[in-house]
Amino acid sequence: MAKAKDTVSRTLMVALVLSIVFSVVVSTAAVMLRPAQIQNQNLDIKTNILAAAGMLESGATAEQIEEMFERFDVRLVDLDKGEFVEPSEIGVEDAMKYDMYRAASDPAMSTNIPSSEDKAGIKRRPNIAKVYTLSENGELVRVVLPIHGYGLWSTLYGFVSLEGDLNTIEGLGFYAHAETPGLGGEVDNPRWKQQWVGKLLYGDDPSEPRIQLVKGGVNQDTRDPEHKVDALSGATLTSVGVERLVNYWMGDRGFAPFLKKLRDGEV
Amino acid sequence: MAGASAKQVLFEPIFNNNPIALQILGICSALAVTTSMSVSIVMCLAVIAVTAFSNLAVSLVRTQIPGSIRIIVQMTIIASLVIVVDQILKAYAYEISKQLSVFVGLIITNCIVMGRAEGYAMNNPPFMSFLDGIGNGLGYSIVLLFVAFFRELLGAGSLFGVTLLPTVNAGGWYIPNGLLLLPPSAFFIIGLGIWALRAWKPDQVEEPDYKMSRHSVKEAF
Repeated sequence: MAKAKDTVSRTLMVALVLSIVFSVVVSTAAVMLRPAQIQNQNLDIKTNILAAAGMLESGATAEQIEEMFERFDVRLVDLDKGEFVEPSEIGVEDAMKYDMYRAASDPAMSTNIPSSEDKAGIKRRPNIAKVYTLSENGELVRVVLPIHGYGLWSTLYGFVSLEGDLNTIEGLGFYAHAETPGLGGEVDNPRWKQQWVGKLLYGDDPSEPRIQLVKGGVNQDTRDPEHKVDALSGATLTSVGVERLVNYWMGDRGFAPFLKKLRDGEV
Repeated sequence: MAGASAKQVLFEPIFNNNPIALQILGICSALAVTTSMSVSIVMCLAVIAVTAFSNLAVSLVRTQIPGSIRIIVQMTIIASLVIVVDQILKAYAYEISKQLSVFVGLIITNCIVMGRAEGYAMNNPPFMSFLDGIGNGLGYSIVLLFVAFFRELLGAGSLFGVTLLPTVNAGGWYIPNGLLLLPPSAFFIIGLGIWALRAWKPDQVEEPDYKMSRHSVKEAF
């Protein structure tokens, strides 16, 4: 049975040659396709932002998306102070390159959320968030803010887009989640998302977001319908998660200080 | 299957020797990626490409592979091909690669690929091995598409993302069957499919492992 090909030296030789050949194949593919992949990822994020802002027309080409996204300013915000931060202050060359979800796992760039305050179920919050503002003729008309939090099975990642008054919701959408298809997964349903349009985040107190997801939907008997959205049927925990994460991110620990300063023209 | 014609090698695995329905290989991914037709088709193409080229590569070097490390050699070839396919999908079909997520990577562990490399390509010439890879990939695909057809149509009311049965949630009349969007439903569909296939081709029915003997103990009531 001991043929020439079964000797130890031959076995090592075959293993070595094979490893070299296939590592070249794999690394060539990875290096050559890298630029196209990065472009796809960036385009994907831009598409999601435009979709949350309700600016995405179906069938828009990559060029159209790039062009529309150009109109947005990408800015970094210190969440505790509620002020803009220059990218150079935190050592990134360009705000677009900052990844707040990677920062959330870096102890130097994030804060631990005490469990009593952790409404969104995210454990750590990055200190600096990335926001997208759109101004027309020097006037702020739209702000898109990233939100994320835990639903039933997964962390939902999304964006909420606010009108120039920084109170009226213009759109809300999640681009990544793993909720139950057909139940919690209906967060992607365009008809459900449509309900968010025109809802108000705050009542009299601009630090206390009042969004509620209610069972049975919103009708003429509902009190404060401007803060309420129909919960997802058959998905209580996803609905509770969405309600909490929106209120967390729009609250004191989230974007409320920034929105207040922006509204008062202080930043 | 020595001496089988090219046509046989290519088409046998589709109905007569289907890797999923007869050999019961590769069930795991058949559950995971069959919620929609378009995702399934991309998965099918990926699996066909990997089985065909890994069979080809294994067959080309089959006389050189020392017996003691042959499984590792096959794994290396398969894993490299899967990574290349995954990179290509990420570069040219980003949306779908996001939906397929880890399942492209898991083609590495798909029993069909490894099974054909070890069971066929190690003992057969390159061209026939290549065809065998395509054939088995097609056999896998037909089951995947069969499952995806029912899951997408009845679970989401659409095919290839085009709405055919407008669902209640979108203002239509069709109440979708939520079970079909969840992985376990694929078990039912594959099971029913195997049943139908074996009713059509009774020679695929396996001999029972044992026979129940007649009830012989008499008990008083």
